[in-house]
Amino acid sequence: MEQLKLELKENIIEALNLEEFTANDIADDDALFGDGLGLDSIDALELIVLLDKDYGIKLTDPESSKEIFKSINVLAAYIDQNRTK
Amino acid sequence: MKENLKIQSYCRITNNSIVVNGQSVFENKAAVFPEILKLAYRQLNLNYPKFFKMDTLSRLAFLSAELLLKGSHNSNTAIVLSNRSGSLDTDLKHQQTIDSGDYPSPSIFVYTLPNIGTGEIAIRHKLRSENAFFVFEEFNAEFLQDYSSILINSAKSEQVLCGWVEVDNHNIDGFMFLAGKQGEYDLDTNIIEKLYKA
Repeated sequence: MEQLKLELKENIIEALNLEEFTANDIADDDALFGDGLGLDSIDALELIVLLDKDYGIKLTDPESSKEIFKSINVLAAYIDQNRTK
Repeated sequence: MKENLKIQSYCRITNNSIVVNGQSVFENKAAVFPEILKLAYRQLNLNYPKFFKMDTLSRLAFLSAELLLKGSHNSNTAIVLSNRSGSLDTDLKHQQTIDSGDYPSPSIFVYTLPNIGTGEIAIRHKLRSENAFFVFEEFNAEFLQDYSSILINSAKSEQVLCGWVEVDNHNIDGFMFLAGKQGEYDLDTNIIEKLYKA
């Protein structure tokens, strides 16, 4: 799981152009949206694309996405349980 | 009554240098397109992480505006920008993501309009005044002079941030100036041309 979290942070930094961040700057329980990393709605779309492309997970319910994208901890756990690749 | 309008300040950005009011503020002859914008952002200590999410055209517009509006905030500032290639540089990247067979990238897609850069400037400087983006075959000093004069003389805005932000074929060609009621140079077509070509 720790390896997945690290990989996820690195992928998010690259996909969302968070050039001023390193994986070490993102705590596992940091809020990804709002006051945490400050991601926006376009970033949410990029995360949905990333989940499908890298882990074979298709998110179709916007309400559940809100919960899944809460933090790296929550996102990693969801990927671990639902990934198809 | 029509006033004698002025160019308050101006900024020129090309692939390797940034000049503000005739003074070099950044130069890197080794910079490869479009690296200068990122290098300058870091050297100028601008604290705006969203800069990295922008496409090259918006970065060019944003950086030019930062250099001109720094320390002289006036919420009644209009934005009038122009170029030749619209958002072609980003349009091509967007097409590449489609051609790759993956999903088109949402963060690239949102920059497939040239006027997004005016929006980025307006958000950064909290400007709610008029903004517009025009596409011309070439740099059009007469239009910029005319449009900015109309905006100020009709009291639509107190000053106008206007210019040319062109990104195409691995070339950056940026010239932006702040037109208003005070300044060293007259808001004159010949002077605008001269400063652009300097």
